[in-house]
Amino acid sequence: MNKEIDRREFLKFAGVGGVVYVSGLSGQPGLGFPMWKSKDFFFVQLSDTHWGFEGTKINPDARGTLIKAIQEVNNLTQKPDFVVFTGDLTQTTDDTSVRKARMKEFKQIVGELDSKVVYFMPGEHDAALDKGETYKDFFGETHYTFDHKGVHFITVDNVSDPTGSIGEEQLEWLKADLAQQKPDANIVVLTHRPLFDLYPQWDWATRDGAKAIDLLMPFQNVTVFYGHIHQENHHMTGHIAHHSAKSLMLPMPLAGSVPKRQPIPWSASEPYKGMGFRNVLSQSKRDKYLLSEYPIKGNVRI
Amino acid sequence: MITRIRIAVVVLASVLGITCLGASSDNSVKIIKISAKQFEYNPQEITLNKGVPVVLQLTTEDRLHGFNVPEMNLRADIVPGKVTELKVTPQTAGEFDFFCDIFCGNGHEGMNGKITVID
Repeated sequence: MNKEIDRREFLKFAGVGGVVYVSGLSGQPGLGFPMWKSKDFFFVQLSDTHWGFEGTKINPDARGTLIKAIQEVNNLTQKPDFVVFTGDLTQTTDDTSVRKARMKEFKQIVGELDSKVVYFMPGEHDAALDKGETYKDFFGETHYTFDHKGVHFITVDNVSDPTGSIGEEQLEWLKADLAQQKPDANIVVLTHRPLFDLYPQWDWATRDGAKAIDLLMPFQNVTVFYGHIHQENHHMTGHIAHHSAKSLMLPMPLAGSVPKRQPIPWSASEPYKGMGFRNVLSQSKRDKYLLSEYPIKGNVRI
Repeated sequence: MITRIRIAVVVLASVLGITCLGASSDNSVKIIKISAKQFEYNPQEITLNKGVPVVLQLTTEDRLHGFNVPEMNLRADIVPGKVTELKVTPQTAGEFDFFCDIFCGNGHEGMNGKITVID
């Protein structure tokens, strides 16, 4: 069963600096933010920063948006346990020296995050042209796992292969990792491209993503966070929820809403419209994630 | 067994209105040459007649590209130094976008075109 989640199915909160949705797997979602269980925690998702992008009609503050986002993350009342970047850290280039310079600069900038723990993964802009070699030099492996307060996180690389595939070798790795998990384990998948066919006409899919979903399907509590499409999208494949994040460089239109896949032009009356980041509250007791969406604020720095 | 697979492929292709070939042996079928390079196809717009078979002959001038028409269940890798042929018999009139689905650089997202099928 695949379906887009009607936003009315999410509880909407006011305040706390952003719009909040509740992503639940079963039962009634919980309200409120107190960290009533020691295993509850926040993490922040930042995505598609495309450091190095140039295009004043799309984002005249291309060198300032990420910095503003970092400042706002640092100012969050509820401090995240960690921060994740779900790919396309940098804008692609054929010039390896430019790619290295962009990654070096990006790494310096995100070093200003208050969070001691930051997880990265590549997008196709970072990794597809050299199969992730430069990326690995700066950020390490492109797929890996980590555990945090009872949640098993799996980063899946569906971009180092320029066809937008995970590949059989990594699928075998995923299968072996999942074999160590209990059916009711809390599992979060972090990846760049949608694992399901969101809109293949715009290449918003992973060629062998269905194989990954098949591997995940036996597990009761699985949530996927991803980027790539530069906007929020909430989708279900069976009981698995998929949540895409906004970009911090260039927003994209709804799938199929315009003839060509092109970024949405900058609006002088609504600067940073369509850009932002996400704070996720993981509630261990209820196997749920509360998503708080934050816009970019502040004056345009051109 | 191989015969059964061949029959299954032919039946599936017939249902989809598409035939994919390594090469065309039918000299009467019109050939449409499509060249790919960063970040465009030439031509970008192709008009086909419904029910009339054609061969799309794909080549690349620089690097590996893809050719994907999801709504026609049609795709191929365009490999440097090779000619890739796709035999197509469109069964439905309309406009169908095609695009490169192998990441090829800064401009990849804009590498696309359109097939128009007329009655």
